[in-house]
Amino acid sequence: MSRDTLSRAAPAAPGRPAPRRRPRRATRTEARNARAAACFVLPFLALFGLCFLAPIGYAVHQSLYRTERTGPLGLGGQEHEAFAGLANYAHALSDGQFLAGFGRVLLFGAVQIPLMLVLATTLALLLESASARGVTFFRSAFFLPYGVPGVIASILWGFLYVPGISPLVKIAGALGWDVDFLSRGSVLWAIANIVVWQFTGYNMLVLIAQLKAVPGELYEAARIDGANAWQVARHIKLPLIRPALVLTTVFSIIGTLQLFAEPMVLRPLASSIDSGFTPNLHAYSEAFVGNNPHVAAAEAVLLALVACGLSFGFLRLVGGRTKDRG
Amino acid sequence: MSRPAARGGTPRRPARARTTLPPVRYRIITASLLTVAALYFLVPVYWLVVSTTKNSADLFGTFGFWFSAHPHPLDHLADVLTYDHGIYLRWFANSLLYAGIGAVCATLLSAAAGYALAKFPFRGREAVFNLVLAGVLIPGTALALPLYFLFSAMGLADTYWAVIVPSTVSPFGVYLCRIYAAAAVPDSLLEAARIDGAGEARIFAGLGLRLMTPALVTVFLFQFVHIWNNYFLPLVMLSDSDLYPIQLGLTSWTGYADRQPVLYQYTVGGAFLSVLPLMVLMTVLQRYWRTGLTEGSVKA
Repeated sequence: MSRDTLSRAAPAAPGRPAPRRRPRRATRTEARNARAAACFVLPFLALFGLCFLAPIGYAVHQSLYRTERTGPLGLGGQEHEAFAGLANYAHALSDGQFLAGFGRVLLFGAVQIPLMLVLATTLALLLESASARGVTFFRSAFFLPYGVPGVIASILWGFLYVPGISPLVKIAGALGWDVDFLSRGSVLWAIANIVVWQFTGYNMLVLIAQLKAVPGELYEAARIDGANAWQVARHIKLPLIRPALVLTTVFSIIGTLQLFAEPMVLRPLASSIDSGFTPNLHAYSEAFVGNNPHVAAAEAVLLALVACGLSFGFLRLVGGRTKDRG
Repeated sequence: MSRPAARGGTPRRPARARTTLPPVRYRIITASLLTVAALYFLVPVYWLVVSTTKNSADLFGTFGFWFSAHPHPLDHLADVLTYDHGIYLRWFANSLLYAGIGAVCATLLSAAAGYALAKFPFRGREAVFNLVLAGVLIPGTALALPLYFLFSAMGLADTYWAVIVPSTVSPFGVYLCRIYAAAAVPDSLLEAARIDGAGEARIFAGLGLRLMTPALVTVFLFQFVHIWNNYFLPLVMLSDSDLYPIQLGLTSWTGYADRQPVLYQYTVGGAFLSVLPLMVLMTVLQRYWRTGLTEGSVKA
């Protein structure tokens, strides 16, 4: 794509040789570079500062304070902010519900991410090996759910889970199979299904994009050496899509820790989802129901730390070998 | 530079053309697996289409995977649009406003920043880029709460700005634009334009943006979908239902549906309508979307 664009655009701006100006241009270019770069980067950096750095700073600050009242028994009187040290963090970390939420999303990620990526990889490999007919249809069909917002997907699947209305429950019932998708034991996996449904196709497209970048000679050579389809997939394609798998895994880890919309939407339908079902839900409840913004800030900071820690940790774990190739 | 050249250098089609098709047995297995997967991904969408044609009673009373005796899709959709003085249309317009303005601004800001990071060697360049990368790894919802605290201290909460301003920042867009600009905008071309006396702004607008178009379409799409789908940010920022985007509006309907069961039907119809624009957008721009994905993933 880019190559075509290049060859088309190149003749439009013919370079005129200007050997006389060479010596002076070096310093002038530098100053010009710095000025131009600043003009191009600063608008983004200003908003990045406002929407990424400042909130983090503000949250860290807020998490170190608490609201105190001067009146007797802490009632009435003047509200003021008092330094609380790490008390809010201690509070969050000793909250069993908050920790249970963390444990829940970690378990969720440990099951859902591999499942989704194995499915995405399988579908990508199948589509790549399938004969041309139908490939476009299947690819669009798998990708379609990515265009459905998480909230809508949850509403949709919610209707497919709830006994009174769900055709799935009806079919299962007719087969003599009593299912309850929203029970305490299964609701987490009902949510996992929504996430798999939504994001498998997207991940598959990323993997297909990488597969397309693999030079065709590699396959030819392997086939001439007598490798069968499975061996080509196992020994050539899988190692080559490693960078894309790393990328999709990192995004999935980040996504998992943010889990919010799905449990939030399913909550009215499933009594097994409590206000601290995921860390995010817990922080939200602390802020808006418990009216405790300082603890909520501490929880948001903890969440960001764990998310960054896990993604960096994962990147380090696989980093060495990926970098050579990327 | 290396990748597009490498890709262009390999004549893909002839090398990949199959001399022999795989055995019939494999092809049947492949086709069946793909069909099963397609069923899984399409059935909920099919359910949505079928359910949009039903009234409340039929929604609960008839089999979900088949049409009722008297489907009236257009009447039901009209009900959705006119309910509560047409609040749905207002939510729809809000969503378009947030996603449209946010994505356009995010694309331009990312393009400028990514272009500069790729094409101007300046001090602190790597530091800025690492900051952007860290931004990609910070979960958006972990930011949304602190952002709310900050914006509400600044008096911005519960305004259009509260959703639009954060939507204009896309670290991933900057990352993608830098990689793409490094590969697709040749230094010699910029140099030539400079010698011709063009200013940096004109070079960027006339050459840079044009050469980066596939990446820009991808950034715009990503950001549009991201904003359109975003739930947590508007949920914490907005309390005035006149400012709600569709997602928030629909969940507010499901919240009342216990008392007013007709809202279940409106939620279904509203969900159906809200899915349409993204489908159109994605179908139209899917070609560019894939181009951009390659650039992003391969360099990761």
